[in-house]
Amino acid sequence: MNILLSINEKSYAIEAASETPLLWAIRDIVGLTGTKFGCGISQCGACSVLIDGNLIKSCGIPVSFAVGKEIFTIEGTSETLEFLREAWNEGNVPQCGYCQSGQLIAATSLLDKIHHPSDEDIDTAMSNNICRCGTYTRIKKAIHKAAALKNKSL
Amino acid sequence: MSKIQQVNRRDFVKLIGLASGGILLGCNVSSSQKEFVPQEKGTFTPNLFIQIQKDGTITLLASRSEMGQGIRTSLASAIADEMEADWKYISLKQATGDAKYGNQNTDGSRSVRTMLLPMRKMGATAKLMLISAAAKKWNLAETDCEAKNHHIINKITGDQIFFGDLVDEAAKVEVPAQELLELKKVEDFKYIGKTLKSIDLKDFTHGTAGYGIDVRIPDMKFAAIARCPVTFGTVKSFDQKAALETIGVTEVFKLERMVPPTGKFFGALGGVAVIANNTWAAFQGKMNLDIEWNYGENKSFNSVEFQEKLKKRVHQKGKLVSGSTGNVSAAFKESNNTIEATYTVPFLVHAPMEVPNATAWFKGNEIEVWAPVQDPQTARAELAHFFEIPLENITVNVTFLGGGFGRKSKSDFVVEAVALSKKIKGPVQVVWTREDDIQHSFYHATSVQYLKGSLDVNGQVTGWLQRVGLPSIVSSFKPMSDYASGFELNQGFTNNPYNLTNFRLENVKAESHLRIGWMRSVVHIHSAFGNNSFVDELAFAAKKDPFEFYLNLIGEETMNSYLFGKN
Repeated sequence: MNILLSINEKSYAIEAASETPLLWAIRDIVGLTGTKFGCGISQCGACSVLIDGNLIKSCGIPVSFAVGKEIFTIEGTSETLEFLREAWNEGNVPQCGYCQSGQLIAATSLLDKIHHPSDEDIDTAMSNNICRCGTYTRIKKAIHKAAALKNKSL
Repeated sequence: MSKIQQVNRRDFVKLIGLASGGILLGCNVSSSQKEFVPQEKGTFTPNLFIQIQKDGTITLLASRSEMGQGIRTSLASAIADEMEADWKYISLKQATGDAKYGNQNTDGSRSVRTMLLPMRKMGATAKLMLISAAAKKWNLAETDCEAKNHHIINKITGDQIFFGDLVDEAAKVEVPAQELLELKKVEDFKYIGKTLKSIDLKDFTHGTAGYGIDVRIPDMKFAAIARCPVTFGTVKSFDQKAALETIGVTEVFKLERMVPPTGKFFGALGGVAVIANNTWAAFQGKMNLDIEWNYGENKSFNSVEFQEKLKKRVHQKGKLVSGSTGNVSAAFKESNNTIEATYTVPFLVHAPMEVPNATAWFKGNEIEVWAPVQDPQTARAELAHFFEIPLENITVNVTFLGGGFGRKSKSDFVVEAVALSKKIKGPVQVVWTREDDIQHSFYHATSVQYLKGSLDVNGQVTGWLQRVGLPSIVSSFKPMSDYASGFELNQGFTNNPYNLTNFRLENVKAESHLRIGWMRSVVHIHSAFGNNSFVDELAFAAKKDPFEFYLNLIGEETMNSYLFGKN
């Protein structure tokens, strides 16, 4: 069926079976490959996106769910995400980099909601994003750093 | 690329003028040896490149695969350091799989160990040539010039010239013999050994780093393969109706198992392939297949029962391994404090975040592949073997790897992609589901170890018996390899660090049923676990502090050799 998606404030008219998971619609049909496939069962977080500001594992929801809503992916930009990128850069966070799109999106969701996250807040918010290289400590530091940068700018 | 301007038998580096006006340096690296080995005249082939453009940009060719270890950054930093280049001008191009780049097999934690010196020499050569070019311009002796921060400095006047402004002059300079190279002192290193940010950071934080699974080619198809749930089983028959009716599925066909020749390559398991317009449709189509399998001889294989079998075997005498020393039985008899332990390790799977995948385009007498491979040359050679295409007509483009851990040194998924492309006559990407990855991997072997040790009245270890049963990696290349091989036992079993007078190692039969592969640290996974756990048990039995006990067992001499590299 014909589906209209809004991703990072751009419209995409695509042809897809309505039950196609959003992940594969974004990656294979729209062609934005920054959002990753990791497990296919909403466990690893590599496919994390924001839908109307809410953190969603895109491998686990049908594309039809996102119609009429605003989808935000790693290809997008927001004030929070830019502070996170700066902190990620400063802390040299990624190793293989594959999970980092999902990590950054999950961290964006966290900082959009909690301006001064504690270690515990970060652990809770990020516990659904697996990093096989084990960059967790650098991620945690970078989130604190990004929060500080963001709060300073307010 | 225009013609080679100068080639000298003793040259470490050669110079190639570029149509774009830049200069390109190629260097010969033999990564199997620590030192650079010059090739014979007329056969000199460039292995790695430095390209300098007039705007100062330096493009380096990355010949090793990046999977999170930071090798692209490490090797580039070695060149940049010796060149006195400014890091911000450095960019990288990933090499395709080709023997002319030296050994590209990215495994064994050896890329830096084998390539640091050649890379430094590359940088030093480029620096010397830029100095020569500047000296000529200023009509000065080379010794009156020095390189600093992407410029050549006139030491007399303090004038400086930007690297990019020296490109035309440097292209006319004769390549210096490597005896003339002066490498930097360790204390002068700017980048080597320092914490540098990944050169690929921007791509990693914007979703633009291209992994294998991100490769997109116009009109490409996506594929999933149903492989037999029992390793090496084959397709007996299948009903494709429901799969073909799946929205987005375009084709369904049987894929024959491709058996590698003895001694090399990996082949492919075969199964039933589903071709579709997107990955998910291919996954769905695969689930809708109705397949009857010939399970083959592994039908009754059960990893739990197999481990029990190994447990029984390690409690009986095995084959004596050379390197054993002294008399363990006598030591056990003399001691009134002996202990025993049995340790097991399950089959392990690498599970890189990015599942195995590859994109291939079979074009008649040419093959192009894009894949996250640790060993692109083996992938290329394997394709030449199975598809009977000349090696020079096969291009293996190396993408970023979303983790490797040894899984991606096996090119079975690349072979699959090419077989699919050949069949459908167009570009196709095969993607493994996570379940496929766990179920059909080249498993890190299971193992069982039995240990017996004896202590004297002072709590000193007097005897150490160790029996080990683990299916060999060699079995993936050679049938009937039913015992752990020498190279495997030499990873911590024959060469444990302990000072033991009476040591006996026995190898126990462990036939292989699955595809056995290596995973990071390989056999040390078993040996380090068994050895160190048992030392801890011995310390407990000796009523000693485990740390002190451990240090004592290793001994000062061995410990110093580890700490300070003294033998």
